[in-house]
Amino acid sequence: MKGLIFDIRHYAVHDGPGIRTTVFLKGCPLACRWCHNPESRGTSSEPIVTKRRIGDKVFDENEMVGVRMTPLEVIMEAEKSRLFFDESGGGITFSGGEPLMQSGFLYETLKLCREREMHSAVDTCGLASSDNIQKIAELTDLFLFDIKLMDDQKHIKYTGVSNQVILNNLHLLASMGKKIWLRMPVIPGINDTPDDIRKLMNLLIELYPKVKNLNLLPYHAAAKSKYDRLGLDSSDYVFNQPTPEVMESLKLKLSQTGYAVKIGG
Amino acid sequence: MNNRIKKLREESLNAECCISAERALLVTEFYGSHNFLPEPVAIQRAKCFKYILENKAIYIGEDELIVGERGPAPKATPTYPEINLHSISDLDILNTRKKVWFHVEEETKEAYRNIIIPFWKGKTNRERIFSNVSNEWIEAYNAGIFTEFQEQRAPGHTTFGDKMFRTGMLDLQEEIKSALAALDFYNDPKAYERKAELQAMFIASQAIILFAERHAAKLEYLAAECKDAARRAELEKMAATCRRVPAHAPSTFHEALQHYWFIHLGVITEVNPWDSYNPGRLDRSLYPIYRKEIAAGTITREQAIELLEAFWIKFNNHPSPPKVGITAEESNTYTDFSLINLGGLMPDGSDAVNDLSYIMLDVIEEMRLLQPSSMVQISKKNPDRFLHRALRIVKTGFGQPSIFNTDAIVQELMRQGKDVVDARNGGASGCVESGAFGTEAYILSGYFNIPKMLELTLNDGVDPLTGKQLGLATGDPCSFSTFDELFEAFRKQLNHFIDIKIQGNNIIHSIFASHIPVPFLSLLTQDCIKNGRDYNGGGARYNTTYIQGVGLGSITDSLAAIKYHIYDKKALKMIDFLRVLHDNFDGAEALLLDLIYKTPKYGNDDDYADSLAREVFDIYYNAINGRPTSIGGVHRINLLPTTCHVYFGYMMGAMPDGRKAHQPLSEGISPVQGCDTKGPTAVIRSAAKLDHIRTGGTLLNQKFSPSFFEDEESISKLGSLVRSYFRMDGHHIQFNVVSVETLLDAQKHPEKYRDLIVRVAGYSDYFNDLGVDLQNEIIKRTAHEAL
Repeated sequence: MKGLIFDIRHYAVHDGPGIRTTVFLKGCPLACRWCHNPESRGTSSEPIVTKRRIGDKVFDENEMVGVRMTPLEVIMEAEKSRLFFDESGGGITFSGGEPLMQSGFLYETLKLCREREMHSAVDTCGLASSDNIQKIAELTDLFLFDIKLMDDQKHIKYTGVSNQVILNNLHLLASMGKKIWLRMPVIPGINDTPDDIRKLMNLLIELYPKVKNLNLLPYHAAAKSKYDRLGLDSSDYVFNQPTPEVMESLKLKLSQTGYAVKIGG
Repeated sequence: MNNRIKKLREESLNAECCISAERALLVTEFYGSHNFLPEPVAIQRAKCFKYILENKAIYIGEDELIVGERGPAPKATPTYPEINLHSISDLDILNTRKKVWFHVEEETKEAYRNIIIPFWKGKTNRERIFSNVSNEWIEAYNAGIFTEFQEQRAPGHTTFGDKMFRTGMLDLQEEIKSALAALDFYNDPKAYERKAELQAMFIASQAIILFAERHAAKLEYLAAECKDAARRAELEKMAATCRRVPAHAPSTFHEALQHYWFIHLGVITEVNPWDSYNPGRLDRSLYPIYRKEIAAGTITREQAIELLEAFWIKFNNHPSPPKVGITAEESNTYTDFSLINLGGLMPDGSDAVNDLSYIMLDVIEEMRLLQPSSMVQISKKNPDRFLHRALRIVKTGFGQPSIFNTDAIVQELMRQGKDVVDARNGGASGCVESGAFGTEAYILSGYFNIPKMLELTLNDGVDPLTGKQLGLATGDPCSFSTFDELFEAFRKQLNHFIDIKIQGNNIIHSIFASHIPVPFLSLLTQDCIKNGRDYNGGGARYNTTYIQGVGLGSITDSLAAIKYHIYDKKALKMIDFLRVLHDNFDGAEALLLDLIYKTPKYGNDDDYADSLAREVFDIYYNAINGRPTSIGGVHRINLLPTTCHVYFGYMMGAMPDGRKAHQPLSEGISPVQGCDTKGPTAVIRSAAKLDHIRTGGTLLNQKFSPSFFEDEESISKLGSLVRSYFRMDGHHIQFNVVSVETLLDAQKHPEKYRDLIVRVAGYSDYFNDLGVDLQNEIIKRTAHEAL
């Protein structure tokens, strides 16, 4: 069995506790307009153009995003960082894309993590069948669970799908007693209106104290060049970046729920 | 910092570096007016030392607490004509060069023209060295194959031991008397030499006491004149301090600092030792006195901080003595590599971190001075709090403190055969060099250009820069049918030049032993008294000579490129590759793209390249480690460049890793600049594949954007990164924390960044004082952005 991986990063310090190795699985059921990993969406390998300058000459290098790897190959790559995990209380994080889209592969890889006493985190958008998510949850030490928009109509508009299944899965994981850190991208004017925040706070209160951690991820426009390199239209990928002041005041407000709110991963 | 310290610090920062002829004139006067025929050289040197200290000007600055200057005023820098003689044109260069300049008064030049040069020309140690080494040594030296530290400066590179904080000169005089009494002229064939050396040490100890008393007398005079009661009391206390130390062992915190400072001045006045001198394990050594005084209520924490800060400023007043000859043109550095060690282990192996360790970290952060340099020793027994505190200072971006692995240092020293307690009493000095403090002479003899060995191999021993047959004719590289054949030729070439270097070392060590003994430094270094032998003649308990390898990343990547493209993929023919190198990659952009982007590189945790790094390491180690020195010591290796990777790169043509002619080589054991693309854990994993324990120090430089230090969680993760490297026996790691934008702006507007200090390589320097190529190189070092 092989999974489609588009990147593996060591010294990932924003994807869970400690120093981590993050494995990016390719393919995502959502189409968030602010997505900063557009190369992660498709479920097959795809070409990307890299411009390299040597002296005055510019070379267009065609590379492929996405390689097929076995669970063991992935784990052996992560094992390179084992000592860093041990020293820092870190481990492996599966991100994407949406790792649950390759749940069979994910399951086998997580099994290896358990055997090898490697702490595992799954960074998910939450869209998966409840059977699937339950099965994965048995082998996962920590979920990094994305909350994007509470308003379903807006969720459909900006991500292409309803948030019903996502929210059900969140409740399911919480009821299983799984450790969850919520993550919310902050896109000014899109998901930080008073109405959005009020609904979000209701959810937070409802989940408390089973869930106590929330990370606010300020939207950044850094990925525009990636859209271009992939030959994708980036005209939709235009949002305002939140100012540090906006982030701080949001953090202060959400902290009232008793959550440990952190800006950044 | 309080107002006094603020003022003293400002004065030190604003003082102009200048050349002082004071010492040179005194030395000339001494040798010109004494008849030495009947006296052994060691005694002559001791008397000369005494003559300088008897006659040099005494400087006491307004509001100072710790007193004593090497020159007549702060930053007035003496010269050492018996070792290297500045010509008038050297002085003109120093006066006018744009970086690291020294003002030279007309009067100084006159003294040189009329008195100093006429007396010393033809008699300096530098001339003695160059007339004794072999022609092949001189050719290799001129071709940038190796450098020689001792051609311009005396062997020094040693550190004050803890014992000396508890020993006065009078105690040492008693030791000398016993040693003299125990001399056995019947059975010890060296008894006469020992006697002379011991007598010389005795004179040197008297000289430093006299120097302190001259300060005391001046302070007493100033006190009597002083109208301000508070200052008068201070001056009286300072005078009493100078009456006590260094004659007696210090009994107060203030005395301990003044004690060291007089001794420091003695060491750097006697000769111009490489890496000045170093107070060593300052927090550990001062802690018993500090604790006693705090308990007795005779000092407050604030007073201790003020004294430490006053002490720190003294170091900054003492720029490195400038060189002569063509090297005077190089922009060098003002820093003289005094590296204060904090943390580490006690003699019994327990955690040595104490209150003073944290206080001194506060002082480092507050002082933000170029000198002294500082480092923390991190043992697995030291608390995370200590490491995290150090990292929070690193974050402020002036390159200090650097971070060392005590447990690796102890293993390195013990592997060399040292006693475990001597090893725990050790640390690192200079850039990253391991040493047993107070008991070892560990002499750096020069840098060695490892990549140049491959360049010569690829040209059958001919230096492509000059067309001269410089090395062995190891065969036409096009005739090598396997990579192993090429590698074997490279090994032969390297061994050949290491032989030449070692032959030179043996001659130069012997020259220093017989012509430039250092009785004062010998007094301070165990067991010179017991052995009746000079520091420069192998009198220390341990004697080590290092040859510092440079360019590990560059040589690894070059070998990997040849192996990969020519022998494995067979995509390229040697003859074509050589032509491209000869043409400096002109018109070969497509190949360059492959070499830079599609070739295994050291620093990415890729065994293809890293295993070659290991093989080069073994060749280098086997060529040097264990070979005897002419003073009874042993040769060892370490891997550090200071700034020599720039010079060595300048002396080379294009290399197979894609580096163009005359560009800098990689530094230390860091990857080639910009070639580590897999993040810091990969760099650390690659670097840890080398066996650090078989070296006497390695240097790993990692440039981080400030975002890696943004909050406590990030600091803690960086702490874990350091701990991981150290668990893999990594010797040292340093972080450059500054943004590329800042550096680029600093190049454009140097005036706005006069205080910008960056980590260069094992030390920090003002960015403005670096040559533009070194500036560019620092900018290029990969800025690992947050993932």
